[in-house]
Amino acid sequence: MDIIVCVKHVPETAEAELKIDASGKTIEKTGLVFDINEWDDYALEEAVRIKEKFSGTVTAITVGPEDSDSTLRKCLARGADKAIRLTDLKFTNSDAYATAKILYSIIKNLHFDLILTGAQAGDDGSAVVGPVLAGLLGVPHATMVKKIEFGEGKAVVNRELEGGLEERLEVKLPAVFTVQTGINEPRYVSIMGIRKAMQKEIRVMGLADIGLNESEVGEAGSWLKIEKLYVPPVEKQAEFLQGSPDEIATKIIEILKSRGLV
Amino acid sequence: MAEIFVLAEHRQGQLRDITFEMLTKARELAEKTNADLTAVLLGKNVREHAKNLVEYAKRVLLVEDDKLEHFNSDAYQKVLSHIFKERKPILTVIGHTSYGVELAPRLAAALNVPLATDCIDLAFEGDALTVTRQMYGGKVNVKAVLRKAEGYMVTVRQAAFQVQKPPTPSNGEIEEIPSPLTEEITTKRFLQYVLPPPGGVDITAAEVLVGIGRGIKDQSNIPIVEELAKSIGGVLACSRPIVDKGWLPSDRQVGISGKTVKPKLYIALGISGAFQHVLGMKNSDLIIAVNKDPKAPIFSFSDYGIVEDLFKIVPPLRNKINELKAQKT
Ligand SMILES: Cc1cc2nc3c(=O)[nH]c(=O)nc-3n(C[C@H](O)[C@H](O)[C@H](O)COP(=O)(O)OP(=O)(O)OC[C@H]3O[C@@H](n4cnc5c(N)ncnc54)[C@H](O)[C@@H]3O)c2cc1C
Ligand SMILES: Nc1ncnc2c1ncn2[C@@H]1O[C@H](COP(=O)(O)O)[C@@H](O)[C@H]1O
Repeated sequence: MDIIVCVKHVPETAEAELKIDASGKTIEKTGLVFDINEWDDYALEEAVRIKEKFSGTVTAITVGPEDSDSTLRKCLARGADKAIRLTDLKFTNSDAYATAKILYSIIKNLHFDLILTGAQAGDDGSAVVGPVLAGLLGVPHATMVKKIEFGEGKAVVNRELEGGLEERLEVKLPAVFTVQTGINEPRYVSIMGIRKAMQKEIRVMGLADIGLNESEVGEAGSWLKIEKLYVPPVEKQAEFLQGSPDEIATKIIEILKSRGLV
Repeated sequence: MAEIFVLAEHRQGQLRDITFEMLTKARELAEKTNADLTAVLLGKNVREHAKNLVEYAKRVLLVEDDKLEHFNSDAYQKVLSHIFKERKPILTVIGHTSYGVELAPRLAAALNVPLATDCIDLAFEGDALTVTRQMYGGKVNVKAVLRKAEGYMVTVRQAAFQVQKPPTPSNGEIEEIPSPLTEEITTKRFLQYVLPPPGGVDITAAEVLVGIGRGIKDQSNIPIVEELAKSIGGVLACSRPIVDKGWLPSDRQVGISGKTVKPKLYIALGISGAFQHVLGMKNSDLIIAVNKDPKAPIFSFSDYGIVEDLFKIVPPLRNKINELKAQKT
């Protein structure tokens, strides 16, 4: 089985202090640690597991600048066979829709039985790339997939719905699945694996190589244009409890007492 | 007359809340732009829903077909494309739900209609549509404008808009459209629903919940918070990554894909406050959050906030509760 995995190199922001940059249209990236998008980590693991079971190849593809190579190297170390980076200044400000078109123009020339993406990118949270890519390729798709099984020319997948409910779907192959977290347990990479991956080649391609028109990518080719970023207004601002841990604990107890909770 | 479409979402015989949330927001936009508000309802034997929707919308477009018994984005796309080509709505509103995420992006691309997903607000400025959405797990809001077009599409976040019935029921008409589906959809077939495994613990029944998130760092730290939960007479709950890692069973998960809880007290420890989590707990009576990051979104949904390492707060808190209990007995 030949599998393509689309991966995005994103900043880890859960614990970081974010600053909006001078343009007001993006955050300051310096000082942030970048890694593979959480959902793509699960997608890659799933691809490698399928390959290990049925044999075949795994190709990791990213649209991003040169530092995305570290995410591709991670994929190679974890079991991907090939890696492709699509990089061009003209890709700047591409939204998820434009990104899907960029991915499409290379993937349409590759052989695949299955394409996996993450359910969403942790930075923009669009959840758009996978299904649009499937539409452009003219193959079926299923989103938020939590289990994949294979039959003759088809897959049976569990899709996550709300409140713990799932649905089982039968989908013809080739197809695009967007992978939800928890589908597997991503493996750790051995030092050996990383060393070996350093020697593998990353294919780099630009706008001209994939035969796309300038107007189809970047801001011109996007659905969305960012006007400004701002700190979200608070729905109800918490009252902050100050002091030493001990004092804070005492304050919490007082609050709980006043509410009859202890 | 220009039309704004709202795609009615229903499952297992129930119209889902998001439908009414969308109708509320879309009614506001329809009034401002002088457009008709049209609910689009697809399914098998769903006429009852249509009767419900006419109270909110000027019109319900009803397509009934056995092939629409279960949601299937391929079937929906065929039907909706057919309707779109005839009526060219200026805006189509779909839920950013498991159904909307499956349907909207591919539909929008096929129709060449610009789409913005997971919107928490939207407004027409002239004939341009601007939307508000979030990035980086809710730490940043974004105002964005969609590429100019004759029609736009959005998916909207659940619970972003509060349902309001129209002051007077809209008394809309039901307009039936014959299904354009001529054959079975074979690319993708619904097989069955899979229910969550029957759980041992019902967190929705607990009066006190101690919720843990990725800030707990390691499975070996769980006993520390479990002890706190025990002394306070509560139950341990968690955010999704804790279940994904297999540290707690899925019946403990709070949020959109887990449980919705409304305890008397919810203590959030090391949870950032992504909306998918917050939706499941924000109606708790009292929310106390402990997080190292003063900018964590959870603080804008909490009554009390503590900017501190949870491992510094949990032990003294547990000790003091135990002392208090000892005094009482
Ligand atoms: C379709 C879909 C459905 C989803 N459904 C759910 C759902 O039902 N429930 C859910 O929870 N999520 C759900 N998610 C995931 C959600 O988007 C977030 O990824 C998740 O809620 C983040 O969990 P977290 O807050 O524990 O982790 P993070 O976002 O990583 O936050 C960890 C927090 O811990 C803090 N921290 C770290 N160390 C410490 C310390 N020592 N002391 C104090 N604080 C510390 C950090 O500052 C940070 O704020 C869903 C996502 C999708 C796409
Ligand atoms: N720049 C990118 N390069 C490669 N894949 C991407 C890129 N952006 C998004 N994707 C894929 O599309 C998924 C959904 O992203 P999004 O639609 O942006 O939320 C991600 O999980 C990735 O698998």
